[in-house]
Amino acid sequence: MKSTVIKFIGAILLLCIGIFIGKSFFRSSTETAVPMPSGMTYRSTGASNDTTQVLKSNSFNGEIIEVKKGNSIQEAVKKANPGDLIRVYPGNYSENVFIDKDDISLQGVVINGKWPTLDGKKEINDAFLYSGNGILIENFKIINYKGNAIMGQAGNNFIIRNNWIIDTGVYGIFPQYGKNGLIEHNVLSQIADAAIYVGMCDNVDVRHNEVFDNVAGIEIENSRHCLVENNYAHNNTGGLLAFVTPGLPIKTTFDVILRNNFVVNNNHENFGAPGSTVAGIPAGTGILIMAADDVIVENNIITGNNNTGITIVDLATGDPKANDPNSEGNPDRVTILDNIMFDNGNNPTGEIKTIMLTQLDSNGPDIFAYGGGTGSTIRNKNRYRTFGIADYGTAQINDTKDILTMMTPKPVPPRSVSKEEIGELTYYGVCAGCHAFGTRLIGPPTEIIQAIHNDNPQGIVDYITKPKNLRDDYPEMPPQDYLSDEAKMAVAEYILSIKH
Amino acid sequence: MSKKVLILKSSITGLLAVFLFTFFISKNKSETYEVLTKLNSNCPPGFKKNANNECIAQNLYMQYNSPNGLGVGGLQTGLPEIRDGFSPQQIDLGRYLFFDPILSGDGSMSCASCHNPEKGFSDGQKTSLGNNHQKLKRAAPSLWNVAYLKKLFWDGRATSLEEQMQEPLFSKIEMNNTPDNLLNKLNSIKEYQQMFAEAFPDRAINSEIKLNEIYKSIAAFQSSLISLNSKYDRYAHGYHDALNDNEIEGMNVFRSFVARCAECHTPPLFTNQQFAVIGTPEPNGIQFDPGAQITFKDSTLRGAFKVPSLRNIEKTAPYMHSGNFATLRETVEFYTQGRGHAVPKNENLIIHWHIWEPNLTAYELDRLVDFLKTLTDETFTPKIPNTLPSGLKPSV
Ligand code: HEC
Repeated sequence: MKSTVIKFIGAILLLCIGIFIGKSFFRSSTETAVPMPSGMTYRSTGASNDTTQVLKSNSFNGEIIEVKKGNSIQEAVKKANPGDLIRVYPGNYSENVFIDKDDISLQGVVINGKWPTLDGKKEINDAFLYSGNGILIENFKIINYKGNAIMGQAGNNFIIRNNWIIDTGVYGIFPQYGKNGLIEHNVLSQIADAAIYVGMCDNVDVRHNEVFDNVAGIEIENSRHCLVENNYAHNNTGGLLAFVTPGLPIKTTFDVILRNNFVVNNNHENFGAPGSTVAGIPAGTGILIMAADDVIVENNIITGNNNTGITIVDLATGDPKANDPNSEGNPDRVTILDNIMFDNGNNPTGEIKTIMLTQLDSNGPDIFAYGGGTGSTIRNKNRYRTFGIADYGTAQINDTKDILTMMTPKPVPPRSVSKEEIGELTYYGVCAGCHAFGTRLIGPPTEIIQAIHNDNPQGIVDYITKPKNLRDDYPEMPPQDYLSDEAKMAVAEYILSIKH
Repeated sequence: MSKKVLILKSSITGLLAVFLFTFFISKNKSETYEVLTKLNSNCPPGFKKNANNECIAQNLYMQYNSPNGLGVGGLQTGLPEIRDGFSPQQIDLGRYLFFDPILSGDGSMSCASCHNPEKGFSDGQKTSLGNNHQKLKRAAPSLWNVAYLKKLFWDGRATSLEEQMQEPLFSKIEMNNTPDNLLNKLNSIKEYQQMFAEAFPDRAINSEIKLNEIYKSIAAFQSSLISLNSKYDRYAHGYHDALNDNEIEGMNVFRSFVARCAECHTPPLFTNQQFAVIGTPEPNGIQFDPGAQITFKDSTLRGAFKVPSLRNIEKTAPYMHSGNFATLRETVEFYTQGRGHAVPKNENLIIHWHIWEPNLTAYELDRLVDFLKTLTDETFTPKIPNTLPSGLKPSV
C-alpha cells in the first residue's frame, strides 16, 4: 500500500518535473523561435507576386532595443536611431508612444499567446503617434484608448500589420498625409468611427484585415491610389467606404480598388459621435462610395447587409456638411465588376426605405445609386437587384488582375538636398536674422565671420555650438546647438564660400 | 620650371591683377552709388537675393516634401507655396509705407496701427479701432507668414494682398482715404518719389507714383514677415531637447485625434487654410457674424471663418474673429465645452465635424497652452523706421 502511494507520488513528481522541463524547454524554444525581425521585406505567404521594392529596400539594419514588462516603450523610442528595431515583450504598457524619427521599427513579441498590450485605460489619447517616415508597427494588442490606436501624421513608407485593436476610441489605424503604406493582417473591433481610416494619403494597400463591430470598417477618405483587398468586414454599421469629405485641404478621392473582400452582415447600430461623417451612415451599409471617382468594386462577397449592398451617392445626398467650393461632390466613373451579392436590403432604413417604397419594394437593393455622377459602368448588370443605375453602361474592363498593388515601386525618397543647399537654407533661414553682409544687425557682419574663420569651418561650428561673448558692444549669440552636426558644418562651409 | 608653365603663371598673375583692379574700381563705384540710394538693397532675413534682384524665400522647411504640394502634414513637411520674388527695394519701401500714417485720410493711422509688430502684428483689441476710434466688427489678424496664405480676411473675401489692402485703405470706417488723395499726398513728397523710382526702376523717368506700385510695395513688405524659427521648429527639425516635457505633452494633445487641433491648425503653418464653422461666441454687444456665408454666398457656411495660423499666437491676444477670449487658456477651453455650446439659440449652424466633446482635462488644457507658446518666434521682426518721408511720426 505504502509503496503504491510512494510510487504514485513519485509518478506525479516525475510528471511535474516532466511538465516543468517540457514547459521550460518549449518556452525557451518558443522564445528562440520568435521570428527575427523581418524588417520590411516580409509580406504574406501566398501573396508572393509582390515585387515592391519598398519593403525590401527598407529592411532592418540597426540596433535591437528590447523593452520588457515594466519598462517604457517611449524611453526606447527616445534612445532609438534611424534603422533601429524596438522589440516589445509581453506585458501591459499604459502609455502614449510618439515617434518623431525616421526608420524606426516597433515589433511586439507574442509569447505563448501573450501579447505586449498597450492599454489606454480610457484615459490616454493615443497608443502610437508617428510623424517619421519608414515607421513599422506590428504585433501589438492595443485597447481602451480615447483617440487612436495608431495615428500617423505625414509619415511615408509606413507598415502597420498584425495588430489586434479593440475599442481605441475614434479610430483604430489612421495614417494621415502619408504616401506609400501597407496596412495588413490587423484585427480591429469596437471603434466609434472607422477601424481603418486612410485619410489624405496616396498609394496605400489595405489587405487581409478583419474589421467588425465598428461604425465604419475601412474608410478611404480624400486619398488616391488605394487597394482594399482580402479584408473581412462584418457587423459594422458600414463595411467599406470610399469617399470625399469637404473642407479638408486635400480634396479628392480617386483610383481606389475594393477587391476580394468579404462584406458581410454590416448591420451594427450606429454609435458614431454626433456630427461625425460616419454618424450619418445607415446601419446595414455594405459598401459606400460617396463623391469618390474611379472606384472599382470587384470580386467581393457582399451579403446580409440590411440596407444595401453597395450605395453610391453624391455629397449633397450623402453628407449634409458645410459646402466646400473646391470639392467636387459627384461619384464619377465607378466600375462594378463581378461580385457575389445576395441577401442584402432585408431591413432598409431612412431615405432608402422611403425611396424603395416608391418602387413598391420593401427591401433595399444590392446596388443603390442616387444623385449626380457620370461615366459609371457595371458588368453583368442583370445579376443584381438595383436602383438608380439605369444610366450605367457596360464595364470596359473584365478584371484588374494586372494591378497587384497600389504601393509605389520604390520607397518615396526623402527630398534630396545637397550639403550646399542645407548650408544655404540654414544661413538665410536662421543666421540671416542676425548676420548680413555689409551691415551690422544683431551680430557682426558676415564678412567679419569670413575673415576670422577663413578656411576654418570647424571654428564656426565650435563657436555656434557654444558661443562665447567676445565683443563688449554685441550681445551674446544664442547657441545654435539645436542644428544637426551636418547642418552646422554645412552652414559653416556655406558662409565661408559666399562671395559678396 | 619649363617656359610654358612660367608663361602660364605670369599670365595668371596678370589676369588676377586685372581682375582685382576692376573689382576694386567697380566696388568703389557701387559704394558711391549706395550713398545716393534711399532703400535697402539687401533682402530681409529669410530671403536670398537672386541674379534678378528678387528676394527668394529660404528656410529649413525647404528640406522636406509636402503631400500633394499643399504644405500640410506633420513635423517635417514642406510649407505651402509662398508669394516671394519682390525686390529688396520694394520690400523696404513697403516698410516705410506700412508705418506711415500718411496712408490714412486724416494722417492719423498707418497699417501698423492695427498690425503692430510689438503685438504680433495685431493690435491687442477685441475688435480693431477704425477712423475716429470707432469700433470695427472684427479682430485684426496677425500678419506673420501672411505670404503663405491663399485667402485673406477672416471670411476669405480677398485672394491677394493687393486686393485685401484696398479695403482698409479706402473704407470710410477704417483708414478713410481715397485713391486720389493717397496719390496726391505721396506724389507731393520728394523722398517718396525717389524711393518709388528706386523700387520700380523700369518705369519711365519722372513718372508719377501709381496705385499698383503702392500696393505692390506694401504686399512685398508684408510677404517678408517670416516666423519659422520657434522652439517648436527646432523640435520639428529633429532637436528634441528644444521642448520640455510639458510642451511635448501639449504637442501630443494638440495632434491627437481627441483634441484634434492639428486637424485644422495643421503644421508646418498651423493652418490648413480652410473655412470652418466652430461656433465661437461674440463678445457682449456684438451681433452674430455670418462670416464666410457672405463671401461664398452659401448658407451652409454661416458662421464659418478662415482657420488662422497659430504661429506667434502667444502675442496676439485676445483671440477669435471678434476677440471674445482674453487668454489662450480660455480659448483652448472653448473646444471642450461642448459642440455648439455657444451658438445663439436662434442660429442653426452646421458645426464642423471636428468640434466635438473631447473631454480634455484641466491638465491637458494647461499643456496645450504650454505648447502654443512654443510657436513664438519674432527673430525676423523688421525695424520700425526712425523717420518717415512724410515727416509724420511712425504710428503703431
Ligand atoms: C539672434 C542673433 C544671432 C543669430 C540667429 C546668429 N548669430 Fe552669430 N552672432 C550673434 C552675435 C550677437 C555675435 C557676436 C557675439 C560676440 O561677439 O560676443 C555672433 C557671433 C558669431 C560668430 C563669431 C565670430 C567671431 O568673432 O568668432 C560666428 C562664427 C557666428 N556668429 C555664426 C553664426 C551662424 C553660423 C549662425 C546661424 C546658424 C548665427 N551666427 C546665428 C548673433 C546671432
